[in-house]
Amino acid sequence: MAKDADRKKRNEFLYFALRNNKLKIGALVVLLFVVLASVGPLLTEYSPRAYVGPLAAPPSSEFWFGTTTFGQDVFTQFVVGLRATFVVGAVGGGLATLIGMLVGFIAGYRGGMVDEGLNVLTNIVLVIPTFALLLIIAAYLKVRGIVTESVFIGFTAWPWAARAIRSQTLSLRSREFVDLARMSGMRPLRIIFTEIAPNMMSYLVMAFILQFGGAILIAATLDFIGLGPTTGMSLGLMMQYAVLWGALPLGIWWWFVPPGAAIAAIVGALYIMNVGLDEVFNPKLRET
Amino acid sequence: MRRYFGRKLLIYLVTFFLAVTIDWLIPRLMPGDPIQNMLSRAALNANAAEVLYTYYTHAFQLDLPVWQQYLNFWNALFHGDLGISTYLFPTPVIRVIMDAVPYDLFLLLPAILLSWFAGNKFGAFAARTRRLDNTVLPIGYILTATPYMWLGILLAWVFGIVLRWFPIAGAYSYTMGPHLSWTFVGSVLQHWLLPFASLFLIFFGGWAIGMRNMIIYELEADYSHYLEALGAPRKLVRKYAFRNAILPQLTGLALQLGVIVAGALVTEVVFSYPGIGYLILAAIQNQDYFLVQGCFLFIIIGVLVANFLIDIAYVIVDPRTRRGMVGE
Repeated sequence: MAKDADRKKRNEFLYFALRNNKLKIGALVVLLFVVLASVGPLLTEYSPRAYVGPLAAPPSSEFWFGTTTFGQDVFTQFVVGLRATFVVGAVGGGLATLIGMLVGFIAGYRGGMVDEGLNVLTNIVLVIPTFALLLIIAAYLKVRGIVTESVFIGFTAWPWAARAIRSQTLSLRSREFVDLARMSGMRPLRIIFTEIAPNMMSYLVMAFILQFGGAILIAATLDFIGLGPTTGMSLGLMMQYAVLWGALPLGIWWWFVPPGAAIAAIVGALYIMNVGLDEVFNPKLRET
Repeated sequence: MRRYFGRKLLIYLVTFFLAVTIDWLIPRLMPGDPIQNMLSRAALNANAAEVLYTYYTHAFQLDLPVWQQYLNFWNALFHGDLGISTYLFPTPVIRVIMDAVPYDLFLLLPAILLSWFAGNKFGAFAARTRRLDNTVLPIGYILTATPYMWLGILLAWVFGIVLRWFPIAGAYSYTMGPHLSWTFVGSVLQHWLLPFASLFLIFFGGWAIGMRNMIIYELEADYSHYLEALGAPRKLVRKYAFRNAILPQLTGLALQLGVIVAGALVTEVVFSYPGIGYLILAAIQNQDYFLVQGCFLFIIIGVLVANFLIDIAYVIVDPRTRRGMVGE
């Protein structure tokens, strides 16, 4: 009986998901960039930092996105940078969501002093400008990769998710089914993972999507002020180099337009997807 | 209310203490020796370098025990002494920063406040108004997803390079010194408009979207349906929804401050606008750790003060906090 109802509910979500334009359009755009990021690097024979073409050439059939002031291929930089963007989003956003879940669940479920302590911690991480910490790390690690950057972002971007998950846990904690589980002697950790987490699954998915987009934006900022990776290529680095090497006064728009446009499109699509998901999971929000 | 402020104050004090400690650690954890760095730039002969090295080690008190250095740092801090910038030697760090702070306030205060008010009004207006909701709000999403520096670069390119309407570097024309005249004020405004617009647009998108989503939640809440059932006019229901939705937006403003600071930083870099963001980048590139320390400290103080002001605003807007009905 219960299983049947469960399947029915899932079908209902699917039904609304397939009819939600926001979700469909958002997912389509993200998918498009994922394909470009995975296939793109195979289409080019160059390496992102190699000097391969004429200097500052506009887009042509040979160099699809043109070349930089030094004759590097912009298309190669762009698709390699796209990969880095998704890595940062997945690793940084994923880690931030996990830490946020850990802190949020414990603070919300335990309450009392534990909650107070974690609250203070969350607020402190929120307030301290994290790039100051990165400054120290950057000075120590002369060679930094994309993954190092993602892990750093994960460890500093979690407070937002933690706050949201905490308040949600708080409201679920006092429900009857949780009381029942507690009375039957279930251990707190099991209650959290079998009773509370499944009931806010949609919430967690949405938190992850938001953190994914947030991590991409933070990475772009860090790359731009020179605290990003020293190896590889990223969309933020492209913009940093473009500004640093005079793409603006020289009018080399094909160097700085694609990376920012891609970030805005990906993160914007993620946000729109999120609203779509919200409408799918929350019947009250569906447009009538 | 006392409990509310008591808790907040505790958090701020702990944060401030930790932040200052991290701040103190920055130059000390750095690999390499800041004094050596400073001297190596001066290209002195070996003997003179040695004498100067001992002199500066003593002057910067790096020959004292670590705990003594830490206490001295706090002491100096309360006397407004943040050391001397090695990059703009021998200007004291506090002077360098004080010269930059007005530009930050001039850029950020209008951008934050105007975008917050305008974004909230617009988001509330657009929610559940079908045509606006489906055409204008996607733009809001794209705006809030736009990297700060990219919008800055685009505006600088279109309005500064292609159309040549606005200058794209500095806070006023290089041919002028700061003085009081209409041409100078005009020049300042002209240099201010593009960085302001780029920050304003991105903030605006975020607030409009946030408000739109909050209003929809509120309009679906029981009290709204109850009001509707009682036959209250649509305008009244929306007014109540707006009042309730404004609270999370106020909290959102406090939560966003870190992001706002980062956004201002890169925007200042794009436009070479001489605020703290521009300063901190120059300090990083020149390994001027005392200046980095000072900038970091000012950002912390700024964020804490802003948080505190938002807390006060919260008490004014939300009567429940006044009566101690909510802990946070």
